[in-house]
Amino acid sequence: MAKAAVRAGLVAVGLAWVLAAQVVLAADAKTYVVEGSKAASLESCVEPTDLMRRRHMELIKHQRDETVHGGIRSSKHSLAGCVDCHIRRVTDQTPAPIHQKSEFCGACHAFTAVNLNCFDCHAAVPKGPGADLAAQAAHQAVGNRPSVQVGPEGEGH
Amino acid sequence: MKEKHAPTDPQRRGFLDAAAAGVTAAVVAPGVILHSVTAAPRSEAVTSDVRWGLLIDTSKCADGCSACVDACDKENGLDLQTPPPGAAEARWDAQKAVWIRKVKVQDNQTGRVTNLPLMCQHCEHPPCVDVCPTGASFKRADGIVMVDRHICIGCRYCMMACPYKARSFVHEVMENQLTRVPRGKGCVESCNLCVHRRDHGEESTACVDACTAAGHEAIVFGDLKDPRSAIRTRLAEMSSRQIREDLALNTGVRYSGI
Repeated sequence: MAKAAVRAGLVAVGLAWVLAAQVVLAADAKTYVVEGSKAASLESCVEPTDLMRRRHMELIKHQRDETVHGGIRSSKHSLAGCVDCHIRRVTDQTPAPIHQKSEFCGACHAFTAVNLNCFDCHAAVPKGPGADLAAQAAHQAVGNRPSVQVGPEGEGH
Repeated sequence: MKEKHAPTDPQRRGFLDAAAAGVTAAVVAPGVILHSVTAAPRSEAVTSDVRWGLLIDTSKCADGCSACVDACDKENGLDLQTPPPGAAEARWDAQKAVWIRKVKVQDNQTGRVTNLPLMCQHCEHPPCVDVCPTGASFKRADGIVMVDRHICIGCRYCMMACPYKARSFVHEVMENQLTRVPRGKGCVESCNLCVHRRDHGEESTACVDACTAAGHEAIVFGDLKDPRSAIRTRLAEMSSRQIREDLALNTGVRYSGI
């Protein structure tokens, strides 16, 4: 009888430990959205957060084909939109490339040891006129309040 | 086959255009601030209802002018390429990616010199697409021939197949790319008729704008399938040729005065 009680107690403690660990992990993961980015002020990304964490690579992979072959640029799953919204913006400074280990994409990819090739070719900071167009389209598609702040680089095009 | 079209009534066509514009405005209007110049980004896949092309009047193309080339470099981030350390300048000039080349041709019998910009000719039957082993080199439905760098393996077979020497290979690691024009080491690329402008509904290309700004107006851009477009009007009134007509590629870039 006593043995059974001890066993039940151990199982309960184990369960509690697992649950607590999950909560801690979740709290850890939240820190990947960097302060000073547009994303930090929004409630969720273009899809629910858990979906974005697990499947963002699939979303942008499908979207890239639509854009390259079909010319569709109004999608909410565009990489340029990711960069524009998640880049850490410091006043009067060029933002750090988003694939650096201290930044949004780079931090998580370093933690999970997954190679990140997007930025071999794609701009890792919003650059050039119209760099914010993809993010605007994404906000529009999601129905978010469009945080349209056409910066100095977005003008004159 | 869609040969038998009833002749389109221009007034009806005008009305349809106006109606379409109205619908777009209505959908876009509520609570949305659009970018000052650009229209809404494309939301449906391109169709073969249009075919983009260029008409180049070589009699207006000035010797020594490189306005189109410079504008293209700036628009498409080609001026952001950096030579590898220690590279000789001449060698780098021959190696870096270039989308438009200014070509000078001379008729040796008459001595007549002609200047022209040569870029991807956006063939209807592009040899670069025929030879691509991965399907990376492709023709978009609206006639733009381009490279899907996601599946380009950098074999450069298309560069050998192109009769116009229009394609370039990126040999060096790139940084500081423009958002609108991704570019990386190991892929082939060429003129894509400013595809980002097409997808945002802008009316011309960087080279056309620059040529007009320089006062030459030697390049006209437009829809080869629209009988009312500026390019079709010009094509109808002046004689023009394709370069290497003998290959029967039906190029989207036409030249007059050669």
